[in-house]
Amino acid sequence: MYKYDSYDQQMVDTRVAEFRDQVRRRLSGELTEEQFRPLRLQNGLYLQLHAYMLRVAVPYGTLNSAQMTVLGDIADKYDRGYGHFTTRQNIQYNWIKLEDTPDILADLAKVEMHAIQTSGNCIRNISSDQYAGAAADEVVDPRPYAELLRQWSSFHPEFLTLPRKFKIAVIASETDRAAMRLHDIGIKMVRNPAGEIGAQFYAGGGMGRTPMIGPMIREFVPLDQLITYSEACLRVYNRYGRRDNKYKARIKILVHELGKDEYTRQVEEEFAHLLGQGIEPPLAELERIKQYFVDPAFEAGASDELDLSDPDFRLWVERNTHAHKQAGYVIANVSLKPVGGIPGDASADQIRLMAQLAKDYSFDELRVTHAQNIVFPHVKKADLYTLWKALDEAGLGIANLDTLGDIIACPGLDYCSLANARSIPVAQKISERFGSAEKQAEIGELKLKISGCINACGHHHAGHIGILGVDKKGVENYQLLLGGCEGADTSLGKITGPGFDENGIVDAVEKATEVYLSNKQDGERFLDTYRRIGMDPFKEAIYG
Amino acid sequence: MVDVQFRFRDDEAVNDSAVTVDAFTEQTNATAVRIEPGDDARALLPFLDRLRLIEVNFPAWTDGRGYSSARVLREAGFTGEIRAVGDVVIDMLSHLKRCGFDAFAPDKPLNPADAQAAFERWDNVYQATADGRQPIWALRHQS
Repeated sequence: MYKYDSYDQQMVDTRVAEFRDQVRRRLSGELTEEQFRPLRLQNGLYLQLHAYMLRVAVPYGTLNSAQMTVLGDIADKYDRGYGHFTTRQNIQYNWIKLEDTPDILADLAKVEMHAIQTSGNCIRNISSDQYAGAAADEVVDPRPYAELLRQWSSFHPEFLTLPRKFKIAVIASETDRAAMRLHDIGIKMVRNPAGEIGAQFYAGGGMGRTPMIGPMIREFVPLDQLITYSEACLRVYNRYGRRDNKYKARIKILVHELGKDEYTRQVEEEFAHLLGQGIEPPLAELERIKQYFVDPAFEAGASDELDLSDPDFRLWVERNTHAHKQAGYVIANVSLKPVGGIPGDASADQIRLMAQLAKDYSFDELRVTHAQNIVFPHVKKADLYTLWKALDEAGLGIANLDTLGDIIACPGLDYCSLANARSIPVAQKISERFGSAEKQAEIGELKLKISGCINACGHHHAGHIGILGVDKKGVENYQLLLGGCEGADTSLGKITGPGFDENGIVDAVEKATEVYLSNKQDGERFLDTYRRIGMDPFKEAIYG
Repeated sequence: MVDVQFRFRDDEAVNDSAVTVDAFTEQTNATAVRIEPGDDARALLPFLDRLRLIEVNFPAWTDGRGYSSARVLREAGFTGEIRAVGDVVIDMLSHLKRCGFDAFAPDKPLNPADAQAAFERWDNVYQATADGRQPIWALRHQS
């Protein structure tokens, strides 16, 4: 994976110094909270209901074990012994003291990490496919392009006070594992008919209160124009994105109001102008970055055999592993969704254990997924049982990937000052009711996502089943959505009808699964059945 | 008129009073103009040779349209003074300078030591912008 050179290190160290100075001016009263707020946000520091929350960037979701170890140590040293992995492939700490933050950033900088632009109205941490560099179906490893974009977007002086936050995802396979079209800009690396690699651009996707699937705005941007084209997209947005209403300020509204064709025309015009400005790094820079993403030293001829005589292991292999491009290897997912647990949470000890195991069994590499799980991208099949045993002893061997137990949930009203309703207790109740191995085997793949307010951090629009918590006259109320999907066939969920209380929503989910089970045809997942039979049978069962 | 607190130019100070973009296009003798966040800086491009000063107003520092305005002007070859006025705060200074601003007239004067530190904060930069600095990618591949 990427390694900082002295320039990268200097940039991050400078940021630590800058932020330390900003905190000093805040603590001395030179800056009011109102003045400090946009500054701290650009460094991932939120003021939550009970304390500050710090969101640490995991660029394109890739980590090494030294970095993961430090994430565990920070949880112990500055928080309450745990961290929370997020839907942006980052990690956040919920109990941070303002005066500690410069030291936390200094600890992170020592292992080439930071919290730069993990919040605020700027270009956020760039996300990617958690199986990048390991999946058999990718055209190319998307991470070198994400790293090129990371450097370009870090402290970009023109784009630090955009109308609203700006999220970019880069993928490189038909199977979209990063919800690419639900980003402000989605980039799909493709090969053109001449065999050249380039970038396909999508713009104006997003979730939040007005979910939209981003349309394609350019089929192919050559690699030596990638930064210039991105800059053109951003400049048009910075100049013309709405600033009169923060709920209409995302690029999706601009693209929607102008129309895709007019937005594209403006981008192309800006792009033509910027091509003459010399802002594109040379291809040699991309080549330099690519060297860091070459395959690890896989053992040639490693055996594909697995001893599946342990039934629990067998279940985990079936549920939580994915085919690797290299014979004899496999991609292993660690679910951070134990029955009744808090989705995405891991203790300091668990984090450090995963770090050690990655060192021992996955070429020193880990990934964070947008589904709030952890991936060991390169595990030799011969080591898989040993790895699973070690994970399982620490409560990390749960076999429930992409099932009803593997819920995505935002922190909700337990932590977040924006939330209208709690998400975590609902997730816990659902996972308790549907978490058994039998239930999961029966229901199969069913992605359930919960947000505690319409900002949709829990991606409820993109859940096969989505749950949206709202505030109804001071009482928490939960609305049910069906039919969302974030993959290559992205779709937005539709609301079933009136909402429910906390227990009611769990019952409604159960009824939805019953409709599926009594209607499903051979091999159909919940989503397939829903798409075939439509909303009515579900409505009838839930409200009838 | 608010005083210019920081200026990175050797030429004589410009004290011409600035007119709005709308008024400017009607007044062929004006030499200074003020751009508001909603104005299109490109409307000035036909007139750059007779402008000595372009003020870019930041009614609120969190509205970043002025950064694009300045770069658009520099990219079009404007060499006169581009002055940031309004709610200009310490933490914007180095970024403004990178986008082509070379004079700063904050509504509230800034602490000179903090401002100095802010201007000098970044030894290197990741992007090529309007300040002519060699970005890190160029330094990595020079020679």
